[in-house]
Amino acid sequence: MSDEMDNGGGENRKKIAFVMRRAPHGSIYSYEGLETALIVAAYEQDLSLIFTGDGVFALIAAQDTSALGVKGFIKTYRALDGYDVNKIYVDRESMERRGLKPEDFIIPVEIKEAAQIAAIIEEQHATIPY
Amino acid sequence: MKFAVQVLEGPYNNEASDTAYNFIKAALERGHQIVRVFFYHNGVLNVNNLADPPQDDRNVYARWTELGRDKGIDIVACIAASKRRGIKEGHIIEGTRISGLGQLTDMAIEADRLITFG
Repeated sequence: MSDEMDNGGGENRKKIAFVMRRAPHGSIYSYEGLETALIVAAYEQDLSLIFTGDGVFALIAAQDTSALGVKGFIKTYRALDGYDVNKIYVDRESMERRGLKPEDFIIPVEIKEAAQIAAIIEEQHATIPY
Repeated sequence: MKFAVQVLEGPYNNEASDTAYNFIKAALERGHQIVRVFFYHNGVLNVNNLADPPQDDRNVYARWTELGRDKGIDIVACIAASKRRGIKEGHIIEGTRISGLGQLTDMAIEADRLITFG
């Protein structure tokens, strides 16, 4: 489906990046951020997701929110693949400082240095921070 | 230039709403266009028409009505975020409306710059 999806947005297809900066629980930013990303994905835009700071915690596969009494949404990240969203970037320093490895994450990611992430943000039409 | 504005914080607890308003006023005065204002997260509380702030302070709600009703700016609160927070049709301030995240997507595509407050 990739070719069709890639052309779906036509001339209006824009590069849009989400910057996920906050931990997945404790506030709603990360959750509502993912909801927005899925909507933008459905609009067939050229979407990137960037995880930095505590935002990298959102991708940990082994999450159990039952003790928090809140609905978990980690599995929702798998839906991105269905929209051909595969530009998932993780800031290396943020990941390493939190003792995490790419294998800890629920979906495949590309590890990037801070300068590379800055360059990715630079080329976007719009950047949406959550 | 065409600006789109996203506001993530509710009024009074945080300055984001004030700054967004001041930004929009300044942009309009300089001849720029505001494609849309989109309220998300606690930002949807900006359109609550049950609020009654003290008379001796700024009225954040009246400001949004001024921009929406009087200046004709499209001001939208996210429906999913609104439902979570008790904001619904019939209880929103004049000059605003409730709609979906597609409105956020559209304005991100259409505007030259998308600016997030909060």
